[in-house]
Amino acid sequence: MGKEANTGKSKIGSFFGAIGQEFKEIGLAFAQGDWKTKVSFLIMGFGPLMRKQFLRGIAFLAVEVLFVWYMVGFGWRYLSDIGTLGTVARVMNADGTISYNDNSFLILLYGLLSIIFIGVFLFIWRMNIRENRKEEKLLAEGKALGTVKGDLHSLLDSNFDKTLLALPVLGIFVFTVLPIIFMICVAFTDYDANHQPPSNLFTWVGLENFKNLFSFGGTGLGSTFLTVLAWTLIWAFFATFLTYFCGMGVAIMINRKGIKCKKLWRTILVMTIAVPQFVSLLYVYKMFANDGLINSYLMKWGWISSRIPFWSDPLLAKIMIILINLWIGIPYTMLITTGLLMNIPEDLYESARIDGASGFQMFRSITLPYMLFVTGPFLLTQFTGNLNNFNVIYLLTKGGPQSMALSNNAGYTDLLVTWLYKMTVDDTNYRMAAVLGIMIFVVTAVISLAVYNMLPSVKDEEGFQ
Amino acid sequence: MGLKAKRKLGDTLTYAALIIISIIWLFPFVCLFLQSLRSYNEGGGGMVEYLLPKQFSLDSYAYLFSSDSKFVRWYLNTLVIACFVAVLQTIVVLCVSYVLSRMRFKGRTFLMRFWLILGMFPGFLTMICLYFLLKQFHLTQAGAIPGLILISVASSGMGYYVTKGYFDTIPKALDEAARIDGASRARVFLTMILPMSKPIIIYAALVAFMAPWCDYVFASYVAFGYTDSYNVAVAMQNWVWTNDYQGYFTRFCAGGMLIAVPVTILFICLQKYYVEGVTGGAVKG
Repeated sequence: MGKEANTGKSKIGSFFGAIGQEFKEIGLAFAQGDWKTKVSFLIMGFGPLMRKQFLRGIAFLAVEVLFVWYMVGFGWRYLSDIGTLGTVARVMNADGTISYNDNSFLILLYGLLSIIFIGVFLFIWRMNIRENRKEEKLLAEGKALGTVKGDLHSLLDSNFDKTLLALPVLGIFVFTVLPIIFMICVAFTDYDANHQPPSNLFTWVGLENFKNLFSFGGTGLGSTFLTVLAWTLIWAFFATFLTYFCGMGVAIMINRKGIKCKKLWRTILVMTIAVPQFVSLLYVYKMFANDGLINSYLMKWGWISSRIPFWSDPLLAKIMIILINLWIGIPYTMLITTGLLMNIPEDLYESARIDGASGFQMFRSITLPYMLFVTGPFLLTQFTGNLNNFNVIYLLTKGGPQSMALSNNAGYTDLLVTWLYKMTVDDTNYRMAAVLGIMIFVVTAVISLAVYNMLPSVKDEEGFQ
Repeated sequence: MGLKAKRKLGDTLTYAALIIISIIWLFPFVCLFLQSLRSYNEGGGGMVEYLLPKQFSLDSYAYLFSSDSKFVRWYLNTLVIACFVAVLQTIVVLCVSYVLSRMRFKGRTFLMRFWLILGMFPGFLTMICLYFLLKQFHLTQAGAIPGLILISVASSGMGYYVTKGYFDTIPKALDEAARIDGASRARVFLTMILPMSKPIIIYAALVAFMAPWCDYVFASYVAFGYTDSYNVAVAMQNWVWTNDYQGYFTRFCAGGMLIAVPVTILFICLQKYYVEGVTGGAVKG
């Protein structure tokens, strides 16, 4: 423990040390730099331009111009309102029409964007200083500076990473990072059906939504949240491990020595991966419906006297979902384990057989440890994937059966993620949806971290090799 | 009981189990096919209490291709999305994987960790924000098709794991030899690594191609209320879930067949590459 605290302190220490170093370098660059460098502190890229590094100079200058243009013409208005998220939503004009004034959504989104842009701009400004210093140093040593052609060529060679990553990183920033930051902020606002821009404003409410999620009784979501969370974990556990063991069982059967037409069996099973899930699952849902085929035939044969409520009884619906997920999941595990099972050295089994081990004993002490070791990471990703397995739940039950005992339209088979979806689309209760999203993240992250450190293949990389 | 007899018994039991499993696995698809062939006169296209149609006909298929239904349009929408996503997403994933596998640059581990953490947020969380962003570019409702392609491709860089794992298995000595001979990174990537990566390219493209056929969440949100922009998943789901499904059940079955058959055939043909990809990815983790 003491050691950890120590390293923690030294980490913080080195962080501040790095910042101090950074300021020192910037100061030195200014103090020791020539006038071109000094002007570059204000006009980015001035130094490189004067030193005939046109490409770099223009790039820096363009960044500065764009940044100033964005902030003055656009970003500043939103950034200055981000503390309140707007004060006046609508104004009545003299002629009786209504015009919209502040839009909390835009203020929050563009305010965040402006903050991020400021950070990026500071980073590039620092790059600009560094570039000036590097050029000065090279010139002082009497070396030649790079050429435009060299710069461009480096984009295909030593700087090829920047070329290839530029678009993907930009795409992830705009369509993943920015929206996630935005939604994390929404969790601290009262953005819901009653506070919809542009006709209404929403504003910061601190931790109120989190309190609501964990409050029991009254309008609090506490008990519903726990019910849904418990089912999410149970579901993920069964969906992962049942499919894993059954899939491995099927793979062992197909791998059996005397069995012919191995490829045919595999292809039949793979059908459920190939057919789009909304076709197969919706059809299966209808098969088990009250007026569906299964109930009709069971009635006709006289096996049951009243129709089985496959989807309207909470417990039965949960069992059905787990069973039908086997139908979807077994082929996948089967494909993965088939190859791995054949990798287990045959002489291990041979010697076990001579010692008189039964089939089950061999499975337990040879096959299973090996498979768990090799597929540990796979099981973990399967588990976290199942926590968020939207399709199977939503296509089968849509989270139902619903009940008055659960608030916010949650049903007994809702996972956190389907509940989140319902809150967003059906209730437009964005504030709670955002809180729920953060909770899903927390659950996923905690489980991943905990399990990852327990994995044998992480602890002991040399085992079984 | 002798060893041979025991072995034979085991084989028989295994065959029996496999046959039962196959029946369970294929039964829903057989039902789907049979019901898609039921005549409209029988039960009015709704659900009936028996499996074998008394009167076979192609009514439901005829309806899908008639001018009353927009099925062909939905089908083409999905096909266009799937093709574009398959090509663009594969390119993005290959670029990211190559960089992360071969090049060492400042911030590499940070980037990988950051993306890993991002991946733990549920995708639907950001739906309203994405919708708004797309709307700014006029890519919702009437423009939903390019919008959906953009969303799928934009964030696909984070799914690099399997491809990077494959690149990692190609010896680095090959790159270095080529670089000593004066080849640039770009040249190494385009003329050496890519031609050696055919299986993983096919895997990446296949997975990317299959995903849009199931995309319901974003597709229904982005195309909201504008039927011309629906994809098959959204349209078929509406048929099954809205109250008039009674008349649309056999049509759903027929539509399902038309979607499932080509996709399944494609998948089965490329199954080898798929297995290679998922196995490699699973073991690498």
